[in-house]
Amino acid sequence: MKQVLGDKRAILTLVGPALIVYTVVMLVPVMWSLGYTFFDGNAITGFRFTGLDNFTRLWEDTKVHDAFVFTLKYAAVVTVGQVLIGYGLALLYVFVLRRYSATVRTLLFFPIVLPTVAVGLLFQQLFSIAPQTGPVNSFLNMLGFASIDWFGDGGSAFVVIAVMDIWRSMGFYGVLLYAGLVDIPEDVLEAARTDGAGPLRLVRHVVLPLSWPVLVSAVIFSINGTLKVFDSIMALTDGGPGTSTSPLTLYMFQTSFTYGDYGYGSSVALLLTLLCLVVTVFIFRASRRDLTKG
Amino acid sequence: MTLSAAPSSRARTLRQRARRNRLRRLPAHLLVALLLLVVIGPLVWLLLGSFKTQREFLDEPVWALPTQWNFDNYVTAWTTGNFSQYVLNSVISVFPALFLMLLLGSAAGFALEVLVWKGRNGVLLLFLAGIMVPLQMILLPLFTVYFQTGLTGTLWPLVITYTAAGLPLTVFLMAAYFRAVPREVFEAAALDGAGVIRAFFLIGLPMMRNAVFTVGLVQFFFYWNDLLIALTFTNSGSLRTLQVGLLNFTGQFGTVEYGPLFAAICINVFSMLVIYLVLNQRIQKGLVAGSVKG
Repeated sequence: MKQVLGDKRAILTLVGPALIVYTVVMLVPVMWSLGYTFFDGNAITGFRFTGLDNFTRLWEDTKVHDAFVFTLKYAAVVTVGQVLIGYGLALLYVFVLRRYSATVRTLLFFPIVLPTVAVGLLFQQLFSIAPQTGPVNSFLNMLGFASIDWFGDGGSAFVVIAVMDIWRSMGFYGVLLYAGLVDIPEDVLEAARTDGAGPLRLVRHVVLPLSWPVLVSAVIFSINGTLKVFDSIMALTDGGPGTSTSPLTLYMFQTSFTYGDYGYGSSVALLLTLLCLVVTVFIFRASRRDLTKG
Repeated sequence: MTLSAAPSSRARTLRQRARRNRLRRLPAHLLVALLLLVVIGPLVWLLLGSFKTQREFLDEPVWALPTQWNFDNYVTAWTTGNFSQYVLNSVISVFPALFLMLLLGSAAGFALEVLVWKGRNGVLLLFLAGIMVPLQMILLPLFTVYFQTGLTGTLWPLVITYTAAGLPLTVFLMAAYFRAVPREVFEAAALDGAGVIRAFFLIGLPMMRNAVFTVGLVQFFFYWNDLLIALTFTNSGSLRTLQVGLLNFTGQFGTVEYGPLFAAICINVFSMLVIYLVLNQRIQKGLVAGSVKG
């Protein structure tokens, strides 16, 4: 029987094309990119072997330090924001709105499917100060505050970026975490309620532990997305003012294509890849340890 | 007497409880209203802005309604702003890539999950690794290859890169969907003389119609909204996709033309809204499934 589904030629025909495309267009370039880290130059001018120069440069480059710190800060703030607000929404859907939550869920989910570039340009206008005073500044004026030049310094520009990305994705995380919460059996909740658990204790001691795995995978997914943030920042601030809102992805892009330095660009890309890997493993480990303790 | 009084008093307490419930739910309803305002408000403002003239943008308050409702701004964006070209480029690069990645991906998913052979777990893991790797790792080698083979200057780099970049998730999801089908179904078909490859095309693929559509939908949003790949491989104005065109939109007019800019963002945003309104349940399920891959 097994022989029918073990037909060698059929297996090769079915899995071969995908494997070839994947290998040639993704796996080989990853290896190739690793090779680039030992060179200097680009596709047009040619390459020169420089040994470990790119890595020592990476270590000393203050721009890389800034971009690294910005990436971590952005990932931390936006991940916490997305997942916390998403979890709040999920709790709202399951325990307050219950059956009536479908419409709210659908409406709040919508921004995640919008092109990030379009959302970035929209937020540029929402927070603009001149020549047109945007809605946010108009609202501040109405309350008696002065307009803020949101994109004038790195701090306030960061606020706008974080607000925008949380605006885009909170509904998505709401639905993602909702899927984990509706699986909690009603009789478990009922038992806790009859034992006299109030809403807060119910969430803390029953809902949270039971939805922990979904929460962890949401955090891992979110942090992997936010560490690789590119589109939204490119469209909203283009890394500015100066380079105060440049994450590693943007710095890599500029190094490679504006300055034509492929070797150094590849080194920055490698740094980003390792960062994603380390952070993911770290969260995975930390979450497991917590689970055995609690 | 007692018999009739009992239900009426119970009705009263029920009504009181309902009113108390409604009062207790008031904060929740206010919260929902606020959330909807925050999510939908900017989009309404965007739509209104797309009908305003430059004068209205600069002289009127931000929340003033447009004085006339005509589509001049849309015409400008579509013709002078080259949006017709950009949309065409997006269609030409995204849809062939979707077709290829779904065909190759479901064939590979079938071979990896249904067929029996040594090393299939290893190959599945190899595909999974591709989900983790940031695209930044493959851009530079690919750019070199596309440049040297003369593909730069066409839309082929986008089709090829999208296809390959979409494969890991497609293979992973399709394999997961095939897991739910008893292997005997295909075994019987193959034994009946159809052969494994025909069993895939005549039974496997039609059976997975819904799954293929959902995966395709998720990938459509990823690559229709892509900026990084499109920005890297499009070197001339005539090759720009919708997102790259939008990013460069303000540059085409010198000073910012607000009306056409808003119309351009609107085209991008509300075409997605239409798709979302029709398919929102599938999109929510698909995107959530696509994220629980970690």
